[in-house]
Amino acid sequence: MAENVLHVENMTMQFGGVVAVNNLSLDVNEGEIVALIGPNGAGKTTAFNMITGVYAPTNGKISFKGEVMLENHPQGKMVKNYLGENDGMYDKTIVKTPDQITKLGIARTFQNIRLFKSLTVFDNVLIARHMCSKANVFSATFRLNKREEQANREKTLELLRMVGLEKEKDEIASSLPYGKQRRLEIARALATEPELLLLDEPAAGMNPQETDELSEFILKIKKDFHLTVLVIEHHMELVMSISDRIYVLDFGKLIAQGTPEVIQNDSKVISAYLGVQEDE
Amino acid sequence: MSATTFAQHLLTGISLGGAYALIAIGYTMVYGILRLINFAHGDIFMISGYFMIFAMASFPWFIAIPVALIGTVILGVVIEKAAYKPLRSAPRMSIMISAIGVSYLLENLATYLFTAIPKAYPEIPFLKKILTFGGITTSLVTLLTPVLTVVLVVLLMQLINHTKIGMAMRAVSKDTEASRLMGIKVDNTISMTFIIGCLLAGIGAILYFTDRMTVYPYSGSLPGLKCFVAAVLGGIGSIPGAVIGGFIIGICETFLVAFGYSTFSDAFTFLLLIIILLVRPTGLFGEAATDKV
Amino acid sequence: MNKKTRNTILNILLVALVVGLLCFFQSDTSSHSYAISIIERSVIYAVVAVAMNLLNGFTGLFSLGQAGFMAIGAYVTAILTIPVEMRDSVYYMNGIAGWLHDLHAPMVVALLIGGLFAAAAAALIGIPILRLKSDYLAIATLGFAEIIRALLAAPMMDQITNGSYGLNNIPGFKNIFQPVALAVICIGIMVLLINSSFGRAFKAIREDDIAAEAMGINLFHHKELSFVISSFFTGIAGGMLAIYMRSIDTKTFQVMLTYNILLIVVLGGIGSVTGSVIGSFLINGGQEWLRFLDDDTFKIMGVHIPLFRPGFRMVVYSVLLMVVVLFWRRGIMGNNEFSWDGLFGLFKRKKKKVSAGGES
Repeated sequence: MAENVLHVENMTMQFGGVVAVNNLSLDVNEGEIVALIGPNGAGKTTAFNMITGVYAPTNGKISFKGEVMLENHPQGKMVKNYLGENDGMYDKTIVKTPDQITKLGIARTFQNIRLFKSLTVFDNVLIARHMCSKANVFSATFRLNKREEQANREKTLELLRMVGLEKEKDEIASSLPYGKQRRLEIARALATEPELLLLDEPAAGMNPQETDELSEFILKIKKDFHLTVLVIEHHMELVMSISDRIYVLDFGKLIAQGTPEVIQNDSKVISAYLGVQEDE
Repeated sequence: MSATTFAQHLLTGISLGGAYALIAIGYTMVYGILRLINFAHGDIFMISGYFMIFAMASFPWFIAIPVALIGTVILGVVIEKAAYKPLRSAPRMSIMISAIGVSYLLENLATYLFTAIPKAYPEIPFLKKILTFGGITTSLVTLLTPVLTVVLVVLLMQLINHTKIGMAMRAVSKDTEASRLMGIKVDNTISMTFIIGCLLAGIGAILYFTDRMTVYPYSGSLPGLKCFVAAVLGGIGSIPGAVIGGFIIGICETFLVAFGYSTFSDAFTFLLLIIILLVRPTGLFGEAATDKV
Repeated sequence: MNKKTRNTILNILLVALVVGLLCFFQSDTSSHSYAISIIERSVIYAVVAVAMNLLNGFTGLFSLGQAGFMAIGAYVTAILTIPVEMRDSVYYMNGIAGWLHDLHAPMVVALLIGGLFAAAAAALIGIPILRLKSDYLAIATLGFAEIIRALLAAPMMDQITNGSYGLNNIPGFKNIFQPVALAVICIGIMVLLINSSFGRAFKAIREDDIAAEAMGINLFHHKELSFVISSFFTGIAGGMLAIYMRSIDTKTFQVMLTYNILLIVVLGGIGSVTGSVIGSFLINGGQEWLRFLDDDTFKIMGVHIPLFRPGFRMVVYSVLLMVVVLFWRRGIMGNNEFSWDGLFGLFKRKKKKVSAGGES
C-alpha cells in the first residue's frame, strides 16, 4: 500500500447560508492520479481552495503526509446555521496560509489562468524558485548568492525545456496562446518542487488534439517529477484515461468514488450529470 | 465642564457633523458606484465656496444659492466626464491618480485665480441670526444644519429606494457590466451620482463656510479627507452609514478642540480611520465583499 | 564594434560627462549656484521617487505616506547635525531636552539614523495597514503622514522638534558631489534590490497576489519588506532635503509634497527607475525654467501675456499631470528602463519610417 499523501476529513465550507462543500472526505496516495469531478457548482474549486489554504474550512481537517495543515470547527454564527452532517467536530483551529502550504510541497494551477501577465515566461517560472532560495534580502540585493541564483536560472531553463516552452522564454506571458499559458502555469507550479500537484481544469478551452497532448503531458510530468496528482476536470475522456481513482461531487456532497470503470457505471453519477427522471 | 458648555459644544459638534455628513454622502455614493476615492470631492466643496462668494456679489441670496449649487454640479459632472470616464477600463491605480490630479489642479487653479489669501465668505443674513435659549447661544445655521441634513438624507433614501434612477444606481453599484446588459444607461447613472453628490457638497459648503466665514484654496482638502474617513467609518457604500460617520467625526473633533487638543484633532480622525480599518474594515453598516479565486 | 563594447564606451562617456559637469559647477559655486541648487534638489527628489516607485510601481502597493517618512528622516537628521554650540539659539523659545543637547552625529551617520527611524515607523505601521486593499491603503498611509506631522508639531515635543518654530542652522552640503554620490548609492541599492529574486517576488505580488501566494511567496512578509525598505530610503531623502534646505518645519511635509513626488513617478512612468530619475530632473528643472510663468511682467516679443502671474506655473503643472494621466498613461518610460540599445533602436525606427515615407 502506497503512503498516504493527502488526507481530507469531513471538510465543510459554508458561505453564509450556502454549503459549498459538505462533509467531504477523501484520500490521495503517493503516485496516484486522482480526479475530482462533478457538475458545475458542485464545489470542486472550493475544495481546492481549502486544500491550498485560500479559504479556511468551516469544519474539518486536512493533513498532508500526516501533518495537519488545516483544522477548523464551526464558530460563532456558523455554528447556528451549520448544516453539515458531520461525523466529527474538531476542537482545534490550525490555519496555514497558502504560501506555507506551498512550502510543504503542494502546488496548484488555477481554473482561470493566473499568470504574472506582464512578466516574461522565464521570470514567471523563476519567481516560483524564489521560495526555494535561502538568501535573505541583504545577500540577494548585494549579489552574495550568485551560485544559488545561477542554479535557479538553470533549473528554470530546464523546466521550460521539459514543458516545451524554451523558445518562448523571453516572451511576455500574456502573449502566449491559451494552451501554452496552461503549460506555463504547470511549469511554474513544478518549479516549487511539489510532491502533490493540484490541477484545476487543465483542459478547459482546449480542442481534442490539445487535450490528448495534455493527458500525455500529465502522465509524463507525473513520472519525471515523481508526482502525485489531484485533478479537477470536466473532460471525461481525459479523466477516464489518466486517473487511478475518481471522486464525484454533487451539490457539495460526495456521491461516488472508485476506479474509472466503477464510476462510469454508477447510476447516481449518471443521474447527477444527466438529471433525474421524474416519475409521474 | 458645565452642562451648558457641554450642550454648547455638542450643538457645535452636531452642526459640524451635519456638514461633514453631506460631503461624506458624495464620497460614499461615488465609491459605491465607481470604486473610486474621489480625492477631488473636497476641492469641489472648496470651489463651491468660491462660487457662492461670486454669486453673492451680484445676486441676492435666494438667487445666489441656486446659482452656486448649479455651478458646483456642473463642475462635478465636467470632472467626471473629462477625468474619470476615459479611464473606466484602466487599472484602479490610474483612476485614483487621476482623482489626485484633479484635486491638485483645482487647488492650484484656485490659488492662481483667487490667490492663497483667505477670502471672506458672504453672510447670508437670516442664517446668521442669533438665537438664545437656556443659556445656550447659537446662530440659526448651527441649528439648521443637522435638521437640513436629516431631511436631505431622508429624501435621498426615498430617491434611491423608490425611483427608477435609484434602482439603476443600486444596480450599477452591484454590477456595472450586468446593468449595462440589462439596458441601464450606465454613464447617465454615474453622472446622476455625481450630480447628487455635488449638490449635497454644495449645500454642505454653504452651511460649513457660513460658520467658518473664510474660504481659501486648501480649505477643502482636509475636510474632504475627514469626510472620506466618515464614509469609511459608516461603511463605504452605505448612505445612512456616511451620515452617522459624519456626525461622529464632527462631534469628536469639536470636543477634542474644546479640551485643548486642537493639534491632534486632524490626527485623531486618521487614527480613527486606521483603527476602523483594522477592527471592522467594512465599517459600521458596510457589507463584506469576497474575492473569487 | 559590437553592441557591448559600444555600450560600455557610451556608459563611460556618460559618467565622465556627468562628473565633468559637476566639477565645472563646483569650480565656481557662486556663479552656478542656481544650477547646483536644481541638481541637488533633483537628485534628492529622484531618491524619493525611486523609493515610491519601488512600492507603487514594483510591489503594487499604492502608498501616499512619503511626506511623513521624509519628515521623520528630516527631523532626525536635522536634530543630529545642528552644531552643538548653535542649539541654544535654535531652541531659544522652548529650550532643548537635556539628553538631546550634546547628541551630535556626522552627516552620513545622521542620515542613516534618520532612515532607520523612518524604516522603524514603517515596520510598525505596516503590520496593521498592509493588509488593506489598494485605495484604503492609500488613504491610510496619507492619514499616517498627517499623524506624523501632527506629532512633530505637538506641544509635548517642543523640546525635541522645536514645535512650530521648526529647525534651522542645519549645516548644508559641503559640495555638489555629496548629495549626488548619496543619491547614486541609494538608487543603486534599490535597483539591485529590484533586480534580485526579492524584486521579482515584489513584481509577482503586483501582478497577481493570489498566484504569488500560491508560489510560496509570503505576501505580508514581502509587502512589509518592500514598505520598510522604501521608507528607509524615503527617510534618507528626507534627511538630505533637510540638509539641502538648511531649515525645516512641519509645513514642508504636507500632502502636497507627496503629490509632487507622485507627479514625478507618473510622468517618468510607473515601474521605471530611470523614468523616475528623468522625471525628477524634468519637474525640478521645469520648476525653475518655467518661473517666467509666474512673472506678470514677462513679455513674449514685446507682447504682455495676461495669463502670467503668480500661481500659473502650478496650474500648468497640474494640467500636465492630468494630460499625462489621461493621454499618456505610460509616462516617459512606461515600465521600461533606459538603455543605449533602446535609444539607438528608437533612432533606427524613426529613420526607417522616414525612408519608407520617402519611397512611397
